[in-house]
Amino acid sequence: MLRPFRTLALVALLTLGVAFAQTITIGVSIPAATHGWTGGVNWWAAETAKRLEATYPNLRIIINTAGSAAEQADDLEDLIAIHAIDALVILPFESDPLTEPVASVKDRGVFVTVVDRGLARDGIEDIHVAGNNPGLGRVSAEYMVEALGGQGKIVVLRGIPTVIDNERVAAFMEVIEGTNIEVLDMRYANWNRDDGFVVMQDFLTRFPEIDAVWAQDDDIAIGVIEALAQAGRTEEMFVVGGAGMKEMIKRVMDGDRLVPVNVLYPPAMIATAMEVTALRFVSNVPTLGRYILDSPLITPENAADYYFPESPF
Amino acid sequence: MSASETAPAPAWRGRLRRMPWQQLTPLAGLALLLVIGSMLHPAFLSPTNLFNVLTRAAFIGIIAVGGTFVIIGGGIDLSVGSMAAFLSGAMILIMNALHGGTISPLGVVLLGVGIVLGSGLLAGAANGLAITRGRIEPFIVTLGTLGIFRSLVTYLADGGTISLNFALRGVYRPVFYGYFLGIPIPVWVFAVVAVVGAIVLHRTRFGRYVRAIGSNQEVARYAAIRVARVRTLTYVIQGLCVAIAVALYVPRLGSASAGTGILWELEAIAAVIIGGTALKGGSGHVWGTVVGAIMLSLIGNVLNLTTVISEYLNGAVQGLIIIGAVFLQRGRQGR
Repeated sequence: MLRPFRTLALVALLTLGVAFAQTITIGVSIPAATHGWTGGVNWWAAETAKRLEATYPNLRIIINTAGSAAEQADDLEDLIAIHAIDALVILPFESDPLTEPVASVKDRGVFVTVVDRGLARDGIEDIHVAGNNPGLGRVSAEYMVEALGGQGKIVVLRGIPTVIDNERVAAFMEVIEGTNIEVLDMRYANWNRDDGFVVMQDFLTRFPEIDAVWAQDDDIAIGVIEALAQAGRTEEMFVVGGAGMKEMIKRVMDGDRLVPVNVLYPPAMIATAMEVTALRFVSNVPTLGRYILDSPLITPENAADYYFPESPF
Repeated sequence: MSASETAPAPAWRGRLRRMPWQQLTPLAGLALLLVIGSMLHPAFLSPTNLFNVLTRAAFIGIIAVGGTFVIIGGGIDLSVGSMAAFLSGAMILIMNALHGGTISPLGVVLLGVGIVLGSGLLAGAANGLAITRGRIEPFIVTLGTLGIFRSLVTYLADGGTISLNFALRGVYRPVFYGYFLGIPIPVWVFAVVAVVGAIVLHRTRFGRYVRAIGSNQEVARYAAIRVARVRTLTYVIQGLCVAIAVALYVPRLGSASAGTGILWELEAIAAVIIGGTALKGGSGHVWGTVVGAIMLSLIGNVLNLTTVISEYLNGAVQGLIIIGAVFLQRGRQGR
């Protein structure tokens, strides 16, 4: 006699459960699309939000973009006060200025996922999805060593003076140092096409003999390639960029001699972070911890796997 | 200069004394940089390198010629870098849309250049009218449009990059990379813009009005100068100059993104001031601006040609040279 009653109770409970199924709000805070890579981050965030909201009806995703670290800290206040978020996915503009703001979000019981660069203090975030900056430098250098047979002259174009840039360059140099490859000079090109063009023009003026260019970033690489074309020196060297911009992946895919490979630093890491964070709320699978995404070498053989023609980056 | 009128000195001496020595300091700075550069690297004085420097200077220089009008007229335009990015993006999108229709690629490029020049005039007029008719400080108006233009290009690019169709790029490329009589085309355009700018500023009634408004707006009004119209026109000239720079910039990389033209406004203003124009308005000259723009581009070039100075300190050296150049000009005026 108990069985029908139990079933009924279960059904009632379930109904109640659905009626009160709590909407989970996930706030996503990312830098504004000021250059190619962050443009890719914005696109992937928007695409992933659409996908997640369609798959899990009780998820609500709010994306905020910020033009500076200070603006991003203000955004966090709004996410808490106005949207009452349950979880925060943040790609911090800079590590140090955002450490305390994110810590205070965490103190209010919000689940925190940090993407890309870490915070200055350990133990704040529940999930960390990171790109591998030293890996990008190391993989690029290993390719250079292999392609040049361990000797030659190269120039390096750096990004913006930041921890990210330092990590990449330090790891790159660590591999280069044991070889007969000579780094003629390094200059900042600020992850910018125009600066890449200008800095490369001056390298070409200065050095009559260059075997390879490490541009580190695909925006810079595009400027470098134009400068090489202008000087008529595309035949004498090759260029290694980085990040996986679709135009550069396309060149690798097509077997362009000037751009033989690329090294991935995927803007889609924001999508990984959002997916894992959502899983925490819609399932019981273990999610907490640290995820480090690889920076693999993209070659003509595997380029198709990394080519996303519909993405802006 | 009453001394030269009363003294029975020979005419050449009076002329020598009337020479604008202070205005020549930018030129002295330029000469000094050339000497330093030639000592640092043998390739510095090669035609390729000097043309590289001049073509780079052309973008900022052309924009700064327009800026000279605005600043002498007592205004300021902070929006030029964003405006350049927006005009580049819009121009590429329009040309891509026109391509493949009935118009030949050459026609598309010509039409694109025409449209960008027109749009530059309109964008400048928008700034100017908001300032004069709307009676809002130029700093605020152009700070506002700085944000607006920058956001618009990001929006147009979907946060990524706007790239020119390859067929069009082939036709348009020579405008940046081509030579005429052995001199790069951007350098010619820069020279023409500078000469026309100098004639308008120094040899026409309009130019005198601009200076009059900049030195004293009220007196200019009493002198029956149509202050609002003249002032609006300075921003229209600025817009046109930005558009000309864009027409040269687009064929260089064939693309525009949210990162295009960042901080160009500060470089353009710096070029104007290094050239001897007073930031408060009233006086200045176009050729000084030209020298200022070339100096800025030279500093970067010289720093890139040497390892003597750590790359971490590039900005500091640039800053010191800019301050030093202006100090030499102003040092004597204060006394």
